Amino acid sequence: MSDATLHDAQPTKRSLHQIDARTKRRNAAESRFKMLGIGAIGIGIAFLIILLSTIVVNGASAFQQSFLEVPVYLDPAKLDKKGNRDPADLKKATTFTYAPLIEKGLLDAVQSAGIETPLSKTKDMKNLISSSAAAQLRDRVLADPSLIGQTVTAKILASSRVDGYLKGRVHRAEIAQDKNITVEQLDLADALIKAGILHKSFNLDFILGSDASDSRAEQAGIGVSMLGSFYMMLVVLVLALPIGVAASIYLEEFAPKNRFTDLIEVNISNLAAVPSIVFGILGLAVFIQFAHLPQSAPLVGGLVLTLMTLPTIIISTRAALKAVPPSIRDAALGIGASKMQATFHHVLPLAMPGILTGTIIGLAQALGETAPLLLIGMVGFIATNAPDGFWDGFVSPNSAMPAQIYEWAKRADPAFYERAWGGIIILLIFLLGMNIIAIILRRKFERRW
Amino acid sequence: MNDMTFTERAVTTDEIKITARDVQVHYGETHAIKDVSVDILDKTVTAFIGPSGCGKSTFLRCLNRMNDTIDICRVDGDILLDGEDIYDKRVDPVQLRAKVGMVFQKPNPFPKSIYDNVAYGPKIHGLTRSRAELDEVVESSLRKAALWNEVKDRLHAPGTGLSGGQQQRLCIARAVATSPEVLLMDEPCSALDPIATAQVEELIDELRANFSVVIVTHSMQQAARVSQKTAFFHLGNLVEYDDTDKIFTNPTDPRTESYITGRIG
Amino acid sequence: MAVLWIAVLLAALTLGGFFAGRMRALQTAGGDPRLLHSLPSYSGMLVAMATLLPALVLYVLLVIFQANPILQIVVTAIAALIGLALSLRLIARDFRARNAVEAGIKGLLIAAASLAILTTIGIVLSLVFNTIEFFRLYPITKFFFGTEWTPSFGGGSELGILPLLWGTLYISFIALAVAVPIGLFAAIYLSEYATRSVRGVVKPLLEVLAGIPTIVYGLFALLTVGPFLLSIFGPAGPTAAFADGGWMHAGTAVMTAGLVMGIMLIPFVSSLSDDIINAVPQSLRDGSYGLGATRSETIKQVVLPAALPGIVGAELLAASRAIGETMIVVLGAGAAARLSMNPFEAMTTVTAKIVSQLTGDADFASPEALVAFSLGMTLFILTLGLNIFALYIVRKYREQYE
Repeated sequence: MSDATLHDAQPTKRSLHQIDARTKRRNAAESRFKMLGIGAIGIGIAFLIILLSTIVVNGASAFQQSFLEVPVYLDPAKLDKKGNRDPADLKKATTFTYAPLIEKGLLDAVQSAGIETPLSKTKDMKNLISSSAAAQLRDRVLADPSLIGQTVTAKILASSRVDGYLKGRVHRAEIAQDKNITVEQLDLADALIKAGILHKSFNLDFILGSDASDSRAEQAGIGVSMLGSFYMMLVVLVLALPIGVAASIYLEEFAPKNRFTDLIEVNISNLAAVPSIVFGILGLAVFIQFAHLPQSAPLVGGLVLTLMTLPTIIISTRAALKAVPPSIRDAALGIGASKMQATFHHVLPLAMPGILTGTIIGLAQALGETAPLLLIGMVGFIATNAPDGFWDGFVSPNSAMPAQIYEWAKRADPAFYERAWGGIIILLIFLLGMNIIAIILRRKFERRW
Repeated sequence: MNDMTFTERAVTTDEIKITARDVQVHYGETHAIKDVSVDILDKTVTAFIGPSGCGKSTFLRCLNRMNDTIDICRVDGDILLDGEDIYDKRVDPVQLRAKVGMVFQKPNPFPKSIYDNVAYGPKIHGLTRSRAELDEVVESSLRKAALWNEVKDRLHAPGTGLSGGQQQRLCIARAVATSPEVLLMDEPCSALDPIATAQVEELIDELRANFSVVIVTHSMQQAARVSQKTAFFHLGNLVEYDDTDKIFTNPTDPRTESYITGRIG
Repeated sequence: MAVLWIAVLLAALTLGGFFAGRMRALQTAGGDPRLLHSLPSYSGMLVAMATLLPALVLYVLLVIFQANPILQIVVTAIAALIGLALSLRLIARDFRARNAVEAGIKGLLIAAASLAILTTIGIVLSLVFNTIEFFRLYPITKFFFGTEWTPSFGGGSELGILPLLWGTLYISFIALAVAVPIGLFAAIYLSEYATRSVRGVVKPLLEVLAGIPTIVYGLFALLTVGPFLLSIFGPAGPTAAFADGGWMHAGTAVMTAGLVMGIMLIPFVSSLSDDIINAVPQSLRDGSYGLGATRSETIKQVVLPAALPGIVGAELLAASRAIGETMIVVLGAGAAARLSMNPFEAMTTVTAKIVSQLTGDADFASPEALVAFSLGMTLFILTLGLNIFALYIVRKYREQYE
């Protein structure tokens, strides 16, 4: 009867309505533990908010750019020395001929606006104006030679220092060592703003334009590399969707249980976890070194990303196929359809929303991928020229949005950082759009069996 | 044998352990328990019977507030343990469940050693002051669960390695170790084979000496074998509650009779 | 422009083949499709497949062996015509065109599935050949045991992997030290405490972190976290008094990259752990609650021990992610290879050096470029080992509760 004595040794009955000290301690430990969980989630969400707000705060200014409205006299004596308006001869006038005209135009505008400034020479204006302005004006004249001899109002980019000053990136205190701008020029910029000559406006060229050299941050745009990304996504979609669906159908509907299919399964689950950079090495060795496909081509980038996203697409496609109940297959087989017909006529259409959702998620993953592209030469500074024609876009050297962002992040001039953040905004908008489409597809076609 | 149990039944005390008055349970929109009032006696085995979905398990889970762990469940009415309302704001369900233990349908030993399984309750409630005392509690609990002789040589082997019947007796030992006053059993034998069932039933009868036992069962034979009091539930209502003998031989309500004779359920 | 010509040619022949096959089938049946074994379209599809597939395979081979474009066009066209003619002769009233077509389609499906094997073979071959090439030029022991990493394309490079491995492991360690506690506690809260509605909001929010491309994290490390850490641990920060001139001298450092990578891994750890914790049967929790345990006691003493193998597997998968991550370390960790204990110092990793050795204008035959393949091989084996081990553990764990 040792148990009886043991139970007798227990403290006398306590009321349930009084919480003893031990229970209080245990409840305190309980709420501490719960707080840890809430804290962890709070930290996670705080990181998300910090990350997103950093992106928006730093990147929003990339969509605005400082412009100068300058009347430029297109002097025939300099631009068309022979006076015959022959395009071949007009081309001989280089940007070095145009630049002084613009600087002169700006100086005239300064003086006619009655701005007091110690800067009185045309070359003093140089630091205010983007070095891309001359080329843009030259293109305009070559397209319409009749402009020569007239005074045209040119909307030209301000230099990146002036742009940075307007956006609060460049401060007077920090420019002592800067060869590209002086305090007097910043004073002049202030006056130009008052006179309505210098102003910020929406910068479409950032979204549609091409990358520019290290010294012309104000001109750099993400448009061409966006095109590169577009071509790669096209390749990925055209290859990965059918191949992924075919592989999944085989594995899910037809594959016998044997060594070979086991091998495929193991390969797929391992490929899904191989670091992306290894796919870059594969692309470099197989497509470029071995097959001699062109370097930096979106076609090759698309092939690499296809191989990288296939496991993702296969895994989600198989899940979608698995979700179709066997009764559907039985019904089709029962009326004499072949297994192939049952799969393609009944199972596949029912699984399609799930497959598309998985494919879009795979595409989104591919769109944000950077590392493998760097290895096959799709580095950012290549994205300077738009391809000639649709088919050329697959093979002409290009970059991709994330690689372009990486390129800007590496550059020394902080003016490029703003563009990198801005590029991220655009990239994230694309990703957001793709995910929203995936969610809508899932919601709309979600089926309960 | 039958005579034996009948004489045993005579020692049943009339002391009321749990009083339930007008208990209502809602699962979201569903009204699962309607106006149940019942008195459960100390040192007695009370069986809840009824067709599946009649609410017997739900009502059982009200008795130690296991329903608290389900978000959408709402309990109204009064349930008193020794005259104290267990749904009172001041009651901590953790303290309550130490007094009202529970054994589940499927044996659910923790993935720990046999010893740790039994020692778990005493440890978290701080019932023992030394290792020796804990050893003593573990041994006596395993003895009460009629498992000691089978496992005394492998106390540190995993509890999941035992057979189904042994696992269920381990779970009973685990519940007994916190020295509860009431033991709730939710179809404790439904996952066991007949031999294991017989062992557990025998155990239940022994447990009656120390505890008030409430058992939910889908087997009328089992209710007849182990219980002194039986409550018949149907569609969320408590149809009839009386001595087991009376329920099985001479039920008052026609629905009880239909169930006993196999016409409903 | 051989590609375009061949595409047009094959498209035309395939389409022609389809209609020819279809017509031929109908002809043999005297215009009554009911007399045929298979629907006439299947005959058409068979001819189309016989026209297209062999020609396409032949074309790919010709491209790989770089035959001249005229030859490519001629050979491909002839192959297509032969396929068309031969298959057209097969069509008859009792010919089982559907079975033939289905066998062909099944072959295509198998080919698609086999691509996974081909990809792995491609990866292994491209790594192995170039690695062997590298070890011909550079001693293998110096690569694996060298503590110096000073590549110079002029020659005389020291290419020891140890400082890179050290940087990789150090950064991964910090990343896991951030991600594992936060991710695990988040998972515990979401699966054990959160109501359905809280879970419905918080889980997708955390998963947004996983959907953000790594380049974004890289930029965040370089431009936000690095300067922020520098302002605290740098020479001008409040901690400078403890260390001579501060621990940190530049924004890029092991800590910067590790911290940001940790943020990136939070949703990875939390959603994997969430799955694992949810797989612990409810009956175990009920058993513990039934004995009067609180939620946290149940979690600490029943749920987590039961889920431990699975959670370890999840952490290993996260570790493999961290080791293979590239963009965050390229931008956030710095470029100097260094064996140091100071987490505020710049170090570099295996992945970062693969990028830097292969993106220059280097000669692919030089050891300085080839070393990237050996680095890739090391990385591949390391992550593959971790993955296989982790998946094995997770699978064992799942089986336990099924």
